[in-house]
This record gives sequence, C-alpha cells and structure tokens, in this order.
Amino acid sequence: MAPDRSLPITVRQVTKAYGALRALDQVDLAVRSGEFLTLLGPSGSGKTTLLMVLAGFVRPDHGSIRFGDVEVVRAPPHKRDVGMVFQNYALFPHMSVAGNIAFPLRMRHVAKAAMEAKVAQALETVQLAGFGTRRVSELSGGQRQRVALARAIVFEPRILLMDEPLSALDKQLRDRMQIELRNLHDRLGMTTVCVTHDQREALTMSDRVAVIDRGRIRQLDAPRTIYERPANRFVAEFVGESAFLPVEQSGGEIRFAGQVLKLADHPGSGGPWLLMVRPERLRIVTDTATDATNLLRGHVLALVYQGESLLLHVELADGTRVPVRGSSARGAMASVPQQGEAVTLSLAPEDTFLLPNETSAP
Amino acid sequence: MTGDADAAPNAAGLRRDAALERALLFGLSVPALALVTATMVLPVGWLFWLSLFDDDGQFGLENYRRLIQQPSYGRILLATFEISALTTLICAVFGYLLAYLLAQLSRRRAAILMIGVLMPFWTSILVRTYAWLVLLQRDGLINAWGMQLGLWRQPLALAYNLTGTVIGLVHIMLPFLVLPLYGSMRAIDRDCLRAAASLGANPVATFWRVYFPLSQPGLFAGAVIVFILCLGAYVTPAVLGGGKVIMTANAVASDIELFFNWGAASALGVVLLLLTAILLYAASRMVRLDRIFGGHGS
Repeated sequence: MAPDRSLPITVRQVTKAYGALRALDQVDLAVRSGEFLTLLGPSGSGKTTLLMVLAGFVRPDHGSIRFGDVEVVRAPPHKRDVGMVFQNYALFPHMSVAGNIAFPLRMRHVAKAAMEAKVAQALETVQLAGFGTRRVSELSGGQRQRVALARAIVFEPRILLMDEPLSALDKQLRDRMQIELRNLHDRLGMTTVCVTHDQREALTMSDRVAVIDRGRIRQLDAPRTIYERPANRFVAEFVGESAFLPVEQSGGEIRFAGQVLKLADHPGSGGPWLLMVRPERLRIVTDTATDATNLLRGHVLALVYQGESLLLHVELADGTRVPVRGSSARGAMASVPQQGEAVTLSLAPEDTFLLPNETSAP
Repeated sequence: MTGDADAAPNAAGLRRDAALERALLFGLSVPALALVTATMVLPVGWLFWLSLFDDDGQFGLENYRRLIQQPSYGRILLATFEISALTTLICAVFGYLLAYLLAQLSRRRAAILMIGVLMPFWTSILVRTYAWLVLLQRDGLINAWGMQLGLWRQPLALAYNLTGTVIGLVHIMLPFLVLPLYGSMRAIDRDCLRAAASLGANPVATFWRVYFPLSQPGLFAGAVIVFILCLGAYVTPAVLGGGKVIMTANAVASDIELFFNWGAASALGVVLLLLTAILLYAASRMVRLDRIFGGHGS
C-alpha cells in the first residue's frame, strides 16, 4: 500500500462513559495502514461511539488516538482530514450533487479548474458521471450513497470512516454495494474503518473484523478466523448461527456423548470446554461413513425449507438439539430425511472447534 | 365462481359510495365556508363597493384618484412599508439569535423558554403597548434607571415617536418570527453539520454554508408573516407613536372617525389589501422555490 495514500490508526486506552454506562471501556485498537477494518457489534455496543471518537464528534474521557504519528485526540473534526460517510448520507439538501462533492475542496481553497476536474473524477469513480447538476432530492437511495462516498473521498483523505453506510439500502443493492465498496477501497488504498451490525457485511468487506460488545473489543481477526475460530461465546453467537454442546474432559481426551472427539487442533489443557457447531458444517451421512470424522446420532425434529437451503432441527441422543443446514439443490443430499427419521451427522475434525465455557461472562 | 358478472354491480355501488363520501366531506366544510364568507368575503366586497363612492355619493374612481394625487397618502403608505420593513429586519436579527439559542437546548428546556416567548400572547396588544409606554416615556422606568446609573443625562425620547413604535412592534411580532424559524432549525439534520465539519469546514463556515441556508425557509416564512402583520398595525403606532407616526390603519381610522369619509377609508384599505396580496403572492413563489432545495433529507 502506498504510504502517502493511507495512515495507520492507533487507539490506546480510550474510555467514554455516559453516566454509569461505559460506552467505551479502555479500548485498544491498531488499524494497519491501508486496511479495511470493520467494527461489528449489536446496537449499544459502543461501535458507533468509537467511530465518532475517531471522527472527533465525541470527546473521550481519556485515552490516545494517533493518525500515523500525530496525536489527534484533542483535534476538532474539521482539522482531522478524514473522509466520513454517514448512515443517512447527510448530503446538503440545498446544494447540487457537484456542490456537495466540491464542498470539501472549497473548504481547502482548491482552485476552480482543479476543483471541477476532481469533482468530475470523483463522480466517475462512483459511476455517477454526468449527475453533477442534479439535485440531491432527485436521486435514489443508492445514488445518494454514491454521492456521499464521492464527497468523502474527493479530497483524498488517508483515512475513511463509514457509519453503517449501507443500512438504508434494500438487500439486493446492499449486496452489490458491499463488493463495490471493497473494490473502491482496493483502488484508492486509504485506511478504512466501517461500522456495521450486519455480520455478513462485515465478513464480506473487511480485511479484519473487530467484534465489539459493551464497550470492549472481544475479538479482532480476519473474517475466516472470526467465523471459524471465535475467541469466545459472544463472538460465536453474534457471528453466524451456532449450537453449543457440552463435552466431558478426561485425561487428554475430550468426549461428546461418550465418543472421543477427533480434533484438528487440540486446545491443550484448560477448560471447561464447549463444542461449537456451525449448522452448515454438519453433514448427513449414511452409517457406513469413514471414521475420520466425528459422528453424532439423532433424529429429525423438524424440516424447514428456506429457499437456498434446508434447515433441519435434529435432536441428538442425549437430548441436545442442533440445527443442520444443507443445500436445497436437488441431489445435494443423498436422501432428504423425513421428520422423525434417525440420522447420523458427520463433523470434520477441522470444524470441530472447542470454545472455553465461560459461565456467561460479563 | 365469482367472475366479472359478480363484480359489475359492485362497481356501481363503489362509485355511489365515493360520491357519497365527497358530498359528506363538502357538507362538513360548509360551516367553515359560511363563516369565511360572512366574515371575510362579504365585508371585503362591501369595502370595495364603498370605495367606489366619493364624498357626495357619486359613483366613480374619485377616491383612488385622490389617493394618487394627494402626496400625504403616498407618504403614509411609504411610511407603513418602511416601518414594517424596519420592524421585520430587527425581528429577524433578534429572532434568529433567540431561535438559535432555543434550537441548541434540549427539547425540554427549549419548551420552558418557549413559554417565555409565547407568554406575551396571553395578554392583549393594548395592555402590552401601554406597558411599554410606562417603560419608555420621558419619566418612565428606562429613563429613570438610565439617568440614575449615569448612562445618559437628558431623558431619551423613547416614546411618542418612531423609536417607540418600532420597539413596541418588534416585541409584539417577535414570536411570529421565532416560531417558524425555530421549527426549521429543529428540522436541520445534525449529521449535515457533522458532515460539514468532517469535510473540513470550521464552525463559522459550517454556519454560513450549511446551517444558515437550511434555516432560511423558516426565517423567510417568519419575516413574511411579520411584515404583513406590521402593514396592518394600528394600536402600537397609535399609542407609542403619539400621533407622529401615522400608518395606513391609523389613516383609515381618522378618515372614518374625523371625516366620516367611508369611501376614502375603504379605498385606502383596498389599496393596502392589494399591495399585501401582491407581496404575499411574490413571497409564496419564493418560499416554494425554497422548499424545492431546502427540503428535508431522507
């Protein structure tokens, strides 16, 4: 990544309390230069507060924020030189599309000719060439989103912040914009911090995802690690569907329903553990399957057709229930089991993941 | 099977229902229409009719000819517009500051302060105007205190002149400006201001480039209301102007009370009404323009 196009962000010990509520609780976060990082969390987790602290709209109680080598925690927003995309776009209704995009350039006293060229180029970048003279009220939601984006990048900030940038769009458009945002980031190369409560969006767009809960970062990792190797039960539950099964520990072995679990990576000592199961990683097999995988036996409680997938609720022999997701494509399953039918589920050792069994940690 | 045959009779019934509903809605608006006709349309029509008869009961445009020929009427109309414009300007400045303060406060606190803005509405204009007289006259409270504190030596001429009239008018008109302005300030998207800041605008630039333009429709609406209400002011110039400030309404009153000239008074009323209507029309076109680009975001 070209160093002149992006800056690393270092957040240290940032705390913000609203009365007794700690919106941010001693947050440490290092965003790499040129990285696309998403803050993911439920509403009220503090993810938006953290973004607002980065933008300079919320003053933390203490802590340090550095853009590159510069301490900015006390700098007002207009001196931080970060691009920002707001949830509802916050376009200026009294200005044209070009007027909106030219605004940050005008604030920087860019010469008229250069300004026009940059505005035209920004419109091109977001695929809205020729829309400059339109009024904001004439644009669709997706177009407004693009204008907001163009306005935030036209002055070539080295840091781009986005607050739920796609939440106001309908699902199809959102899916397309996720890819577009990611492509745009790859082309422009600025450090990007995005806030969302949509886990799929976070997994789709980001280099790394920071899962936030109650003012703390619970895990900061690449999307695949977040999904397949969650650090704790909160992350496992918040990202994706999952079931948690109790396991017994004896010596070096870990057993589920009396059967020793085959593990790709053994968690070692410690515990107690919970077996985390993702519904789409369970496969229905005939009883003669290879014993390289872990086998769970149970019977089908219910079968739900959900379009692209089939969801089975399976009750295991010990009474615990697990969801099983399979493709609904014809022939994807050797035979679709019926309600009440006995089934055997197989779980690959790589997908057999043990999670520390916290007793509902705070 | 329910096919077209079953649906056809329904169509007639539905049409009848729609017609009935329209008739009912019209019926409900009849009392209001009757009231407007009785209190607005008929008197104004009568006024117009009266203005077409001169002193001697001759039918013609004599009254209007005199309005144009006698410079005193022109002066009165001009003074009316000048005083109204001055009052509107002062109201706009004070009202903007007041509305801005209210818009920054929490809604609860703003509501409490808003009571202070609206309180004057609870007393009659006459009472308020005479109260100003107590404060502003030669040996009134303001002069007494000002001289006691040594701020000025001679009593200031605050009442029975243009100054007193404008002070009184500003006080009465201020709420009419603050209310629509406050509404449009509250409607400004906070994120627009944050966006401006994040894009590099300092607080001054944010105000002039974003906040002020977005509050303009409310300011404009309030200014138009104040200006038009001022055009018809009667009590305030009569009491606080001390006979030196004659606005159109005062001229109308003296035409009737002193000269029993209903025709001349009516003509003056009609001219003021027409000028006001023209102004309102022009203003409404500008306000509508404003609404196009001053509308609220999504």
